[in-house]
Amino acid sequence: MTVDDAEVEHVASLARIDLDEEEIELFAAQFADILEYFEALDDVPEVDPDAELANVMRPDEVREGLTQEEALSNAPETEDGYFKGPRVS
Amino acid sequence: MNDHNAFITAEPIEPTDDGPLSGQTVAVKDNISTAGVRTTCGSEMLSDYVPPYDATVVERLKEAGATIVGKTNMDEFGMGTTTETSAFGPTENPAAEGRVPGGSSGGSAAAVAAGDADLALGSDTGGSVRCPAAFCGVVGIKPTYGLVSRYGLVAYANSLEQIGPLAPTVEGAAELLDVIAGPDPNDATTHDPPENAEYAAAATGDVDGMTVGVPPELLEGADEAVRDSFDATIEQLRAAGATVETVSLPSVETAVQAYYVIAMSEASSNLARFDGVRYGISGGEGNWNESFASAREEGFGAEVKRRILLGTYALSAGYHDKYYKKAQDARAWVKQDFDEAFESVDVLASPTMPVPPFERGETLDDPLQMYLADANTVPVNLANLPAISVPATETDEGPVGVQFVGPAFGEEAIVRAGSVLA
Repeated sequence: MTVDDAEVEHVASLARIDLDEEEIELFAAQFADILEYFEALDDVPEVDPDAELANVMRPDEVREGLTQEEALSNAPETEDGYFKGPRVS
Repeated sequence: MNDHNAFITAEPIEPTDDGPLSGQTVAVKDNISTAGVRTTCGSEMLSDYVPPYDATVVERLKEAGATIVGKTNMDEFGMGTTTETSAFGPTENPAAEGRVPGGSSGGSAAAVAAGDADLALGSDTGGSVRCPAAFCGVVGIKPTYGLVSRYGLVAYANSLEQIGPLAPTVEGAAELLDVIAGPDPNDATTHDPPENAEYAAAATGDVDGMTVGVPPELLEGADEAVRDSFDATIEQLRAAGATVETVSLPSVETAVQAYYVIAMSEASSNLARFDGVRYGISGGEGNWNESFASAREEGFGAEVKRRILLGTYALSAGYHDKYYKKAQDARAWVKQDFDEAFESVDVLASPTMPVPPFERGETLDDPLQMYLADANTVPVNLANLPAISVPATETDEGPVGVQFVGPAFGEEAIVRAGSVLA
């Protein structure tokens, strides 16, 4: 199993994580080892999962939640009672 | 009180009522939300994050009379087996100098081992309560999935993890479990405990007539010193009247692979929320893609990046069926194997960890070697089962533990088995 730098960069961009050159090289080598180890899953038989799960429902009623002030209390930037995010494009 | 760097924040939280834990001190892992007291998950990303609400387990501790003494150190977001991936520096093992305390709840186990707290809470996604319990010579319980509310636990791999107690004795850990167990309207995966379940009362030390199964697959990779210690434990159980049988669990051969594929995949999704807008480190200027990617580069450590990237890879187009779907098959297979085993035995026993505590720094450059050490703990999370780690005879390289696994919601059986030893 080999993993090249371009593959690591592609996955990092999907995951929205910038990496430096050193990390890319290190991860490419480590991912090759780890993915090779995962190959053993190919030999696992198909198994039907237990169907003993049940949906849990509750009435759709208004309940107390966080106040606006509490919800915003950890935001790096806010404006007029809203979260302030980066520009979209 | 922080000689071993067991605490990230040593700020006391007072009880709100009197109860079974009045007069007792409890240390709480720093991925469990405490209103008004910062909760970092051992990450730079959340170094200033102060939750506006309490986790359900924290409310229950306060109502039961406990004083919370502080928030404990941990591998970043629970991702590690040594407590060395914390952004707040490693925790020392009070029971084995120069060696790691295990992880990821290493601070919780070290706090109990050093006497800095009477009891502690950790979280266990693939062994993160049981491993540090074993390495620090204390008791740790991973409850059945759904017995304890995860509301307010910062998610790493939510289909696998449970909050669990640590204590010097089996009875102490079971007493803490009695306080935190039970359904919670804020966590729809919680479940009623069995009727009249009393975990502390099950610590009777009586295993006469109990059948203990030993899976040879969980002994294969163990160090010689660990095996010797485990054999001595089995003799103790026999002497106390238990019957010991061999039970095969062939599916555990691919449990570590399945665990890491599932945990990394869930982590890649759960940790997507850390974008530096609602909390965490701001990514600053640029468009949203650039800003998020920069916040996450700065806020996450290497192990967290590694797992998010591998999880993203396993779920990406063309690889989903090969990794994620096969891992789900492997998970169902493990569950089936355990179900069959519990038709003939009351509990299963194995060494908790195949090795004694690592030396500091030993696994940092080789993540795969660290993952392999989870061989005996991850099958339990894949099968949603309860397990306890109890100190066994110490090796020259430090404490090791024996693990008892029970059927779903069979916490009383593993408490009973463990109470023969501690």
